[in-house]
Amino acid sequence: MTRQQSHKLAKMLITVISALVVVPIVFVILFVFYHGVSALSWEFLTAPPTNGMTEGGIGPALLGTVILTFLTAIVAMPFGVAAAIYLAEYAGDNRLTRWVRLAIVNLAGIPSVVYGLFGLGVFVLFFGFGTSIIAGGLTLGIMTLPVVISTSEEAILSVPQHFRTVSLSLGATQWQTIRHQVLPHALPGILTGVILGLGRAAGETAPILFTVAAFYLPELPKSIFDQTMALPYHLYVIATQVPGMPLEIQYGTALVLLLIVLSLTLVATPVRTSMRRRREW
Amino acid sequence: MTTANQAGPQHQARRRWGEWLIENTVRLAGVSTILIVALIFLFLLKEGIPTFLDIPLRQLFSGRWYPIESLYGILPLLVGSLLVTIGAVIIAVPLGLTVAIYLGEFAPSWLREFLKPLIEILAGIPSIVLGFLGWVVLAPLIQNLGASTGLTAFTGSLILAYMALPTIISISEDALYAVPKEYRDGALAIGATEWQTIWRVVLPAARSGLVIAVMLGVGRAIGETMAVLMVTGNAANIPKLGAGMFFQPVRTMTATIAAEMGEVAQGSLHYSTLFGIGIILFLITFAINSVASRVVGVQGSRRRGGQL
Amino acid sequence: MNPIISIENLFFTYADGTEALRDVTLEIFPNEVFVLFGPSRAGKSTLLRLLNRLSDLNEGSRHQGSIRFNDRSIFERGIDVIDLRRRISMVFAIPTPLPGSIRDNLTYGLKMAGVRDASILDERVERSLQQAALWDEVKDRLDTSAFALSGGQKQRLCIARSLALEPDVVVLDNPTSGLDPLSTATVEESLYELKKQYTIIMVPHSVQQGARVADRAAFLLDGEVVEVGSVSQLFVRPQDQRTEDYVTGRFG
Repeated sequence: MTRQQSHKLAKMLITVISALVVVPIVFVILFVFYHGVSALSWEFLTAPPTNGMTEGGIGPALLGTVILTFLTAIVAMPFGVAAAIYLAEYAGDNRLTRWVRLAIVNLAGIPSVVYGLFGLGVFVLFFGFGTSIIAGGLTLGIMTLPVVISTSEEAILSVPQHFRTVSLSLGATQWQTIRHQVLPHALPGILTGVILGLGRAAGETAPILFTVAAFYLPELPKSIFDQTMALPYHLYVIATQVPGMPLEIQYGTALVLLLIVLSLTLVATPVRTSMRRRREW
Repeated sequence: MTTANQAGPQHQARRRWGEWLIENTVRLAGVSTILIVALIFLFLLKEGIPTFLDIPLRQLFSGRWYPIESLYGILPLLVGSLLVTIGAVIIAVPLGLTVAIYLGEFAPSWLREFLKPLIEILAGIPSIVLGFLGWVVLAPLIQNLGASTGLTAFTGSLILAYMALPTIISISEDALYAVPKEYRDGALAIGATEWQTIWRVVLPAARSGLVIAVMLGVGRAIGETMAVLMVTGNAANIPKLGAGMFFQPVRTMTATIAAEMGEVAQGSLHYSTLFGIGIILFLITFAINSVASRVVGVQGSRRRGGQL
Repeated sequence: MNPIISIENLFFTYADGTEALRDVTLEIFPNEVFVLFGPSRAGKSTLLRLLNRLSDLNEGSRHQGSIRFNDRSIFERGIDVIDLRRRISMVFAIPTPLPGSIRDNLTYGLKMAGVRDASILDERVERSLQQAALWDEVKDRLDTSAFALSGGQKQRLCIARSLALEPDVVVLDNPTSGLDPLSTATVEESLYELKKQYTIIMVPHSVQQGARVADRAAFLLDGEVVEVGSVSQLFVRPQDQRTEDYVTGRFG
């Protein structure tokens, strides 16, 4: 075999292996869709599970996940954006700033089940919220912080420097400059980051295991101090804990969860690109 | 010379106070991240410290995990996590690197534009969904290949590898991309082929970035919970050394916490030990991420000094 | 007559150790056009940015010596930097409209200063556009995007934007660098009008432009002032050999 040929072979091999990695992604999504789509109906989405969960729908779990995701946004967004503004606009090049960055990197790396332990220790027990929506939402919110911070900071830094200089040179204060020049242009990027973070939070199971999720709870929660069912945990329960569970319902539940998470991811990406295109600089 | 836009001293004082307030509010938000990491560690310690005080170290690192009989040897869990993670790394690193090279060097740009979001989508698939597929599809498949059960360390590694791929691909790609163009041009100019250039010049130059990709992939794999809980069989045994060890059921640290925390009495030794395992997980990932970010270099301010 | 700005023994060093200004001493008088010229990297822009402390944005930089504006040090502790920037207003080399309409650009500084009165804003918009010789071209489309203007119009908009604040000093950092000859001529002409009301400090695009517009000038080289004087002294009978070499085009 000549050198030329062997290089050609190597290139082909790389292409084939890449295909082997990428094709299953599409396959996984289509597979869940194929097996789960027949379960979908308005009733499936709204009704509570019945008959030992082997019949009925996923209503309470779906609602629980929506509420938890909403709460996650309320916790993570203001906090994360403020921290990003600090890092991008105010922080000096000093030890404190390096520590903050190290903390964010580590927050992003802490296993989700450890966040679950943290939520149990702090919100459920220490603050006495009990197993509740508020405890789960706070846990998910803190877990989502690093994503929100780093994407928001990136968005803020992508605003051209000369807008800041010009604004300051016209006698605007630093906050006025951030408020009127930086944030409006960073907003699409910030929202993208928040949505991506929420997509991840919506699909997480481990952090809610001991902080909020109920095994079976047909009634809807009345306050944020109640427990709730949640979709990812519900999928775990019906797949592994309930004997005789019809596969269709399992796939249907997986599909709904996948659709929620993917639609959040998919919404985020084009929003980012189209907003970028509309910019005038 | 006072005109309409020159503020009085009162207005000036209020403005300064407002600026001060905002700067310190956002600073507080930023600095709180340090506080949160510290708090996480403190609360793990608070609940988990009896593990290390009340269980003799020798027993703690022994091979029997039978909480019902008050045997808290975490060695099987450590080995389980290690086995599943090593398996995942062996699978994911060559694949991830290959895809990164393909994306960076060979893929036509239209395909690149399509593949990169697709890989981001993979990163977005919840682990519970992959775990579910592992449970209903992959495990029976592996059992059909002749294993005694489909729920093995290997099944877990396979799913984990898939989940770690996006991390490994995107960081490797950044590392490859960061290799100065002059290096390539230089190599090509002295007559190296495209392939030699990648193998002898680009990959070595990107080495530190690639190491980080692997490290963060490990960090991601070792902390993964739900998928391994569903597909690794959850047997707290130490598999016998040999090739067959990947095809036996194991139980990881994360899966143990997830599976048992719901059933323990708060304050019991079993409860503390689960937090103790949490401390170990925290320290492992903390070490990995701190070292990785040190190699990359955590900068202070990222503000650019513009020309204007 | 008292100088409006006096600079004494000023040194400036960037964070990376580059010494941009060395022992600069200058006086600038009210209602004159003062030109700073010299080869690139002579420290002209650095000096301009120090005047209203935009240099604060260069993290880690250091300065020594004094700059006094209306007899008060601009580095003094209690100084209101925001107010200083309204009084010494800056126009940059590249036209830099902010996103938004022409009107938004002109009223930005005033609104940030807390001016809400629509009649004041309208009056300032018209007057500043008149002074920058742009009014006739844009009066019918004040609410369209500033980005739709031509390069020359954008730069005059930026000048007008500075004037809308009614500053004492207008600082122009090579304002005609990207402009065609016709737009350049319009901008230069407007300077004659402006100096009746304002003090103007300018880095010119070329020695010739400097000679055309200046009342007095300073030649800077490697961060030092080589020579200061009236336009006839500097451009016709320079005392220093280096000034003569530069003015006659032997280097730079």
